[in-house]
Amino acid sequence: MSAQSDIAIRVRGLVNAFDGFKVHDGLDLDVQRGEVLGVVGGSGTGKSVLLRTIIGLNHPQAGSIDLLGTDMLHADEAARRAARRRIGVLFQDGALFSSLTVAQNIQVPLKEYYKLPDDLLQEIAAAKIRMVGLPDSAGGKIPSELSGGMRKRAGLARALALDPDVVFLDEPTAGLDPIGAAAFDTLVRDLQKALGLTVFMVTHDLDSLYAICDRIAVLAEKKVLAVGPLTSLLDHPHPWIQEYFHGPRARAAAATATAETGVSGGPVMEG
Amino acid sequence: MSLHRDAAGARLRLTGTWTLADASRLARGIESLSLPKDGTLGIEAAGLERLDTAGAVLLNRLLRRLGTQIRIEWQGLRPEHRVLLDYVAGCNPAAAAPPPTDNGLVRFVAHLGWLTLFFLREARRFIEFIGRVIEAAVMTALRPRRLRLTSTIFHMEQTGLNALPIVGLISFLIGVVMAYQGADQLRQFGAEVFVVNLVAISVLRELGILLTAIVVAGRSGSAFTAQIGSMKVNEEVDAIRTLGLDPVEVLVLPRVLALMLTLPLLTFFSDIMGLLGGALMAWVTMDITPFLFFQRLHDAVTIWSFLVGMIKAPVFAALIAMVGCYEGLRVKRDAESVGRLTTRSVVQSIFLVIVADALFSIFFSAIGI
Repeated sequence: MSAQSDIAIRVRGLVNAFDGFKVHDGLDLDVQRGEVLGVVGGSGTGKSVLLRTIIGLNHPQAGSIDLLGTDMLHADEAARRAARRRIGVLFQDGALFSSLTVAQNIQVPLKEYYKLPDDLLQEIAAAKIRMVGLPDSAGGKIPSELSGGMRKRAGLARALALDPDVVFLDEPTAGLDPIGAAAFDTLVRDLQKALGLTVFMVTHDLDSLYAICDRIAVLAEKKVLAVGPLTSLLDHPHPWIQEYFHGPRARAAAATATAETGVSGGPVMEG
Repeated sequence: MSLHRDAAGARLRLTGTWTLADASRLARGIESLSLPKDGTLGIEAAGLERLDTAGAVLLNRLLRRLGTQIRIEWQGLRPEHRVLLDYVAGCNPAAAAPPPTDNGLVRFVAHLGWLTLFFLREARRFIEFIGRVIEAAVMTALRPRRLRLTSTIFHMEQTGLNALPIVGLISFLIGVVMAYQGADQLRQFGAEVFVVNLVAISVLRELGILLTAIVVAGRSGSAFTAQIGSMKVNEEVDAIRTLGLDPVEVLVLPRVLALMLTLPLLTFFSDIMGLLGGALMAWVTMDITPFLFFQRLHDAVTIWSFLVGMIKAPVFAALIAMVGCYEGLRVKRDAESVGRLTTRSVVQSIFLVIVADALFSIFFSAIGI
């Protein structure tokens, strides 16, 4: 395999502006195949805009986006459609179709792209439901009958319906209780390993960063300010990054991660 | 995928890609495979290039078909494929099946019964709600300082003043249409001048108030539902309650009161515009001068023709406002129900207005007005 194809997503010189205000200005980012990349940044630094631009929901003013070898801005519709078939997206609150059951939600992309017999569709949906740790009975329920955490899992099951190469997660643990969030982190990690996924995760959750991210990209000043493994970012001189990884909440998260894994990565708890 | 038999027993060789794209072909292949009934089956998986969930589901299906009688010896199964197989094993396809549907007749009867019960329950709840509004109104009447005056004035502007253009235009056009159609028919008897009676009586007694009420139901009744409904979604109504306030007093009463004040005014405006439309058309098509028109008008209508229309206005206003607020308070905490209940609010208030209009007709004819 050449070095080229080890990159799942390559963003170059991205410019996004809304009403003349530039959110991104010459942003570069590489996401490697098979890694979990966490994207962090303060409010308004355009984390979600970046995600929406890569998956094609937002058209940038300038720059290039290469997703799994397809130029997402200039390739023809057929090529972009083929690339989209290889990604899955989990929106913040799941974005499940409210009139369909969970199983039907999972079958939507399968029916859209493949012609499969009904019994096989149902079996695949059941497998996905089991995979994301939902009880079998969740398959027949409509989204409003599920709790927030279950909706996230169901959303993940739909994102995984086509066995994508890349999964985009938009704040996957937001709105979950700490136990649910930790369980969701573990789930993402397990599935990522089992299915060989590349994960692009926008998050605010320091625990998630410590628990599952291979690398972290920090968005600030309209570009990716720093990218690398957590340990390499801890010493970064930029004040926002210092504040982010050495604030009181970061210390608590680091302490938890150290206690759980026995690997010391973060700053040491004082006192 | 191929099956071989030799002295050591049966061997199944898995090759190529087992993915979604191959699923239909593989499913047929598995169906047609004649599997051994007992003994040992060796499964060679070294040639398996790619396996995704669909492939794993199919492989699992194959294992299910083999049953427990056969001992399976895996060879060359990659660890990542093993993980995927373990994930899929034991999933229950029946859980993902759509719920069974009854036959059409059963569904129809069940739906009819459900609708009947729904209608009765809804009627009881609405009457209960009217009671609560009246209670709040009485309490406020006893202590007038509790009335939300600012809110009431605001809603009078929204439902009354801002509705003037549309109500005026519609009424004017209806006056025009009535005069034009009436003149066509009456000309056959040489009784063109009676077009004044036709326009005056129909506009004053029925059309003015009915059209105004329908426009207001569509404009303001729906707005009430949407406003209160989105407050419900944002938990603002719950906040009002926890602050020790009564949502009926704070949200419903100002709206009901505002509409009961503005709808009669709008009706009066609509009556005038309708008569003007009729007068214009009579002048243009039949040379009935405005002076003659209003002279005829004076002979044709009594004060009661006008009052019959005006008496209905506050009643219709109360119905529209209360349906609008009631449906708004029924909104659950999802955005979808706001839209559904807003539609229902408009349909119900127009329905109730027309039912009430019919009851008024019976009442007025009984007392001979």
